[in-house]
Order: sequence, then C-alpha cells, then structure tokens
Amino acid sequence: MELTKEEESAIKGEKGETLQLAYRILVATGEATNAEKLVPIQWAHVSGVNYNTIGDAGQEFLSNLSKDAKVKVKTTVNPMGYDIDNVSKYGLDEEFIKKQENIKNSYEKMGVTPSFTCIPYEIFDLPQENTQVSFAETNAAIFVNSISHLKTNKESAFSALASAITGKSPYSDLRMDQEQPNLTIRMKVENPNELTFGMLGFFAGKIADTSVSISGVNKLDQRSCKSLCGGMGTSGICGKFLLEEGGKDSEKVDFDRKEMQNIYDELNTTDSGDLITLGSPQLGLGELQDLTSSLKGKSFKKRCMVFCPRSIQNQARKLGLVQELEGAGCEILSDCCTCLTPLINKKDVDGVTTNSIKGAYYLKNSNGVNVNLKPLNQIIEDETK
Amino acid sequence: MSLKIIVKGKVKGKIMKTLNPINFLGAVDKKTGIIHDDKHDKFQKSIKGVILVFPYGIGSSVGAYTIYSLKKNGSAPLAMICTKADLSVASGCALANIPMVIVSNLEFDSLNDGNEIELDTEAGKIL
Repeated sequence: MELTKEEESAIKGEKGETLQLAYRILVATGEATNAEKLVPIQWAHVSGVNYNTIGDAGQEFLSNLSKDAKVKVKTTVNPMGYDIDNVSKYGLDEEFIKKQENIKNSYEKMGVTPSFTCIPYEIFDLPQENTQVSFAETNAAIFVNSISHLKTNKESAFSALASAITGKSPYSDLRMDQEQPNLTIRMKVENPNELTFGMLGFFAGKIADTSVSISGVNKLDQRSCKSLCGGMGTSGICGKFLLEEGGKDSEKVDFDRKEMQNIYDELNTTDSGDLITLGSPQLGLGELQDLTSSLKGKSFKKRCMVFCPRSIQNQARKLGLVQELEGAGCEILSDCCTCLTPLINKKDVDGVTTNSIKGAYYLKNSNGVNVNLKPLNQIIEDETK
Repeated sequence: MSLKIIVKGKVKGKIMKTLNPINFLGAVDKKTGIIHDDKHDKFQKSIKGVILVFPYGIGSSVGAYTIYSLKKNGSAPLAMICTKADLSVASGCALANIPMVIVSNLEFDSLNDGNEIELDTEAGKIL
C-alpha cells in the first residue's frame, strides 16, 4: 500500500503513539484487502461500546487511548450495556455499571456523538450517495452500502475507530467501483415476513463473498430490510446486497423452504420463551408506530422488552406512542440492545422469544439462553391477551 | 510457500485447523479461548497457545476486541493462518500483535490439524 510522507511519519511514531497505533491498524487492514492507498472518510460508526462484549481488556484499552485520542470526523457509537435512565431497575452489579460508565466516558472524551445506536442510518441525516464512510456495526454497514448507497467495507471495531481518529480508510473492496457480485441468491419462499428475510440474510451471508445479488424480492419494508441486514452481518463477511437478477456469470443458489428450515433449526432451540425481545437492530419510529397499532386493545402476557435509540424514544413519547406501548405491557429501553445485553442472562431466563435472527445467534451463543423464533405478527397473536 | 503477511512474527507450535469460519464474538470465550458455539466443529476446544488455521473470521465487528482480550487474558492463539483476511481478524491481530498471514487454498490444504510447524514471516515461510 502506498502511503504519503505524512502517513509514513505517523506510522514510525513521529506523530505520537495514538496515531501510530491507528495507522498500524489501517495498514494491516489495508494489506489484508489489497488497498492501494488510504482515502478520506466523512463519518465513522464505531462498535465495541458494551462492557459485556469488550470486557476489562477493551475497557482499559479505551481508557488509555482516550487520554490522548480525539476523533477527526463525525463519529457515532453502537449501543452500550444498559439504559442510562433506568440503570437501577435491572439489578446490575456495581462493577458492571462502573466499567460501562468508564467506557462511555472514554468515548465521550474522544469526542464522539453519544448516540448508542445500531441504526445510525435511521436517526442521522445521510451524506450524499457514494460518500466514503467507515461503519463497524455490521447491519449498519450493509444497510448504508445497499440502501443508502454510501461506501464502506464491513469494518471492524478497531478499523472504524482508527478511521475515526485519522479520518481515513484503506481504499479497497466495497469502497471501489464494484464488479458484479459472483453469487445470486434466488429468493423462492412465498409470502415472506421479516423473520424469513432475516433467515435469507443469514443464509446469504454464509456463502457470499463481500457482495451478493438477491433476485425474487420486489418489495422490502424497513423491518424486513433491517432483519435481512442483521442476519447477513452475523453469518459471514458480506457487506452489501443488490436486489437484482444477477449477471449471467453469477452463480445461482436458491433459497427455498428447505434452506429456510435449516437456518430455523440451527437458531431456534425452544418452543416458547419466558420473555420477548424486539430489537437487534433497534426499532425505528415507523416500527414503533406499527407496533402500537398492532397492539390496540391488547396487552402482552409476558415481559416484552422493546429496544430503540434514545432520540426515537423521545419522539415516540411526544407522539404518545411510548405511553400506549407501556400500557400494552412493553418495556421501552434505549442506549442498549438485544445482542449480548447483560439484562438477560441464563440464571434468570431459560428462553427468549424474538423475531431477530441476529439477536437469536448471540442470545444463544453468548448469553447462553434458548431462543424461540417467530415473526412479530405471530408473537402478537400468541403472546397477548 | 508464498505468504501474505498481515502481522509479522516468528512462532513455533501445534496447528489447530478447522474448515469452518469463526465468529469470534459469538463463538469464542474471551477469557479462556474455548469455543462455545455448539454448531462449530471445534466446540469445547480451546484456541489458546495453538497456531489457529481457519478460512476467515465472520460476523460481529466486535470480534476484534475478542481477539485483543484473548491476548490480554493469556488465552490467545500463537498465530493465525487464514485463506482470506476479514477486517476483524486482521485488525484484532494487529492490535494484539498476534502474527497473522494469508495463504492460498492449496497451501491451506497442506496444513494438517495437530502438526507441529514453525511460522516465520521474516523468512516468509512455514516449516
């Protein structure tokens, strides 16, 4: 990879340890993806905020880094471990709260926007098409590449952080003008819902390279689209999908009922949950509105945790949605999300009902609880009175 | 043997090889290095102190922190050998200073589970 004189000097350590570290990460990821050079980016979205995911090593790393590091471009951050306004409600231990606060403070010291969201594309104004950004959260990287036509690779927590500090990313893979994907998934399942799309994404992610064509999908509502992005980001390295027929040189693979059943059997481990979670990705305003209208005159028989960004919760409160949802038995949580939440653990919970494929994978493997997968309309039918 | 070097280093150790990609955040315990995904063929095995040979990392971007944590907790592999570099593994190894190289599919096939090897990125070879 070709570096400018300034970049060379930074990597030698002549501009301090922080920049040396950041450029060391960018050179490694640049070499890994055969980048020719580094290019400026306008927005970084960083993951690695939840103490449950990054642990003591991550917390100490960020604490040290924040003594000197400042972000150079607009930087938004992923969810943390709990809802800042309701932390006392959940019986988290003092140690967890202290470490999580320290992580939050480190990021804020570096100058990030304290967004604590995995759906930055739904709550911030988007730059114009083809703008280079650096998104770590996988569902967000896939969403902005595929739907918003921005340019990012499927970044890691460290590569996005290094981009935030330097304002640059390696120019490679999805950042360049793309060739046609070499794989087309033919969607064959009829009457799909958001769970079907999550499984389609998970299936595609397993076999696709950095991008994939998907044929047979005419319309994709926001909930289904986010579910597809979340599923895809979990199972592979794919960072972009195109809804198109796919070129004649592109290999064709069907996604039919059999393939769907295999994914379902891999992730669904129980027939019922003790509680319900809606999130992973967090819900946007439109989804909260839909949920409110579906719940008219009904209420959940079990605990139902609904995750959304703080700014969405504030808007929803003004519209009276939060009050209605709480009346129907929902707990509205912000700043955090389903994935690796410390609010759900196997000591208290055997199984969780969710419509999220991404949530299912991490609940099962990281939280160690059983998962009952159902689409939202089915959850409402079965679990309300 | 042609290696693409992502993170430099020289190590000697036993290969642990899997044909399945690894989701570090979801499948590996960051304290012990034990694989806790029951769908993975190395379920309940530890990646601590081995030369980990696998196709590439998948899934969460936070997997990079898992790799860094493994190193800090003394449970990291000695080195990683992949066929494709994903950004989480590349950046995690770069920060944790775990030697990491990319090899061709042919070379990947020639590396066998349980064999003792020496990886030397300076000399550009695996012995």
